Amino acid sequence: MTQQNKIFEVPLYPYARVADQDAATPARHQVVIVGAGPVGLGAAIDLAQQGVEVVVLDDNDKVSFGSRAVCYAKRPLEILDRLGCGIEMVEKGVEWNLGKVFFDQRQVYEFNLLPEDGHKFPAFINLQQYYFEEYLVHRAEALRASGAPIEMRGKNKVTRVTDAGDRVTIEIGTPEGAYTIEADWLIACDGAGSPIRQAMGLDFVGEVFQDNFLIADVVMDAEFPTERWFWFDPPFNRGQSALLHKQPDNVWRIDFQIGWDIDREKELKPENIDKRLRAMLGEDITYELEWSSIYTFQCRRMEQFHKGRVIFAGDAAHQVSPFGARGANSGLQDTDNLAWKLKLILDGVAPESLLDSYDQERIHGAKENILNSTRSTDFITPKSETSRIFRDAVLDLAENHDFARPFVNSGRLSVPCTYDGSPLNTPDALPGGPARSRPGSPAADLPLGEGFLLDRLGARGAPRFQILAIDADAPATFGAHGLDCEVIALSTTDNALLRDRYLGDAGSAIYLLRPDQHVAARWDTWDETAVAAALARAIGKEH
Amino acid sequence: MASLNTSRNADRPDDMYQMLIDAHEGKTKAESDAFNARLILTLMNHIGDSAVIAEALAVAEG
Repeated sequence: MTQQNKIFEVPLYPYARVADQDAATPARHQVVIVGAGPVGLGAAIDLAQQGVEVVVLDDNDKVSFGSRAVCYAKRPLEILDRLGCGIEMVEKGVEWNLGKVFFDQRQVYEFNLLPEDGHKFPAFINLQQYYFEEYLVHRAEALRASGAPIEMRGKNKVTRVTDAGDRVTIEIGTPEGAYTIEADWLIACDGAGSPIRQAMGLDFVGEVFQDNFLIADVVMDAEFPTERWFWFDPPFNRGQSALLHKQPDNVWRIDFQIGWDIDREKELKPENIDKRLRAMLGEDITYELEWSSIYTFQCRRMEQFHKGRVIFAGDAAHQVSPFGARGANSGLQDTDNLAWKLKLILDGVAPESLLDSYDQERIHGAKENILNSTRSTDFITPKSETSRIFRDAVLDLAENHDFARPFVNSGRLSVPCTYDGSPLNTPDALPGGPARSRPGSPAADLPLGEGFLLDRLGARGAPRFQILAIDADAPATFGAHGLDCEVIALSTTDNALLRDRYLGDAGSAIYLLRPDQHVAARWDTWDETAVAAALARAIGKEH
Repeated sequence: MASLNTSRNADRPDDMYQMLIDAHEGKTKAESDAFNARLILTLMNHIGDSAVIAEALAVAEG
């Protein structure tokens, strides 16, 4: 080993006895989160920042073993910035823009993510999941140290969840025996295999792909550029595909497609992985194998993302194949969507039915991710002879003909979800406004003063709604339906990006933004009645 | 929106048909299958309208 202890070998939130274990009657908490992965921790931090009392339970006490999720897209980084972890992710992560696709021995296609100017965060970074989780754990600890109501309990295994209608009862096993607690709400972030989902007998319907992929995380000094390289049918893995991607600390993620009928134990033997690596990278490479695993993939989701007082988020609610980086990235968009709604419900500002919009909006997101991910998987692992013939024809044509390159699909990378058709949206009332900022879309970033627009938007304490008044008259503050909205007056003078991204052909604009930075409504001028109605709609009070 | 032209449109039907058959001359089944796939993709791009492609797929389905 290059280091004495890898980060994922050290208990970060070791078991410690808590008062709840000695309580005569079960202690009551506002929100209990099961699972301290990226999604569970993201939810916990978001809720705690908004003042919700939250306990995180996990049967483990360490961060994820191995790199696992490695690609993080701009929108999740923006969400993480709101949670106080975005900058360290980018500082540690490897930024990349270029992807290359090879067929046999030839490069047939190359793409550039071409990040748009004027955003705080890059299009994509690569970072091992264990670093990501470590930052989240540290952030949770810092919040706790500053008095926020957040608590993590390691080696606390949930053994039973009972929805009693007005509360959830949670039975927990620990190294020192069992105890029981209660919560107003439970968020299950317990992964694709979700024991809670299974115990509740809830369906998880979709497609299982008959294929296996071998992942190897390899530490080596290599000359490869910081690019995503994808091979179809390469000489070193005939008839299959392979992927090479760089992570921090000279760790390289390598995926080999290895087919359906395999001997897992044999494939995972270091000497067999060594043969594959040398065939791919050269006989004379020097490397250290940090982690290896074999995975199959599935594209499936729950019918509804909450049942009573139990809410599912991340892989527990929906699972996609890894091509496209839509797993952890979409999980963070789940919690971004959920946290403010739960806070407003707990405060009695919004009706419990607001939670239905979490299902609607995030099922919309999950469908989009499953569609894209299924299409990529069908291209990468064709299911029939004819499908393979067309796939190879695309790759053959792509080498010399630009027109064929858009058909090449080695993963359609995660893009932010726009909640078109959400019941929380007010119909667009900004004639000539740019489509990218229509109701339902996440607010587009741009430089503003010394920082960026998104630095000023979204829930960082209370779950505030905000109003942007762009070249428009508006009152200095606005309140309705139990919510105080901050009004931010902006001018497009000397700010062409603000004009491009928010005005388009309109002369002025008023935007109503949700605590998750999504646009709820927009108009060309201030209309108090319309804004109040849109606010009511956005918190589920009108349909 | 454009729609699929299902009226007679080929300028020289016999020549076109012969070009297609000649192109497959001397090819194995596998080579012919690959060729057809490249041809379909090339024509799909020329058409460029997924609604027209959907109509063509329905015609081919019979």
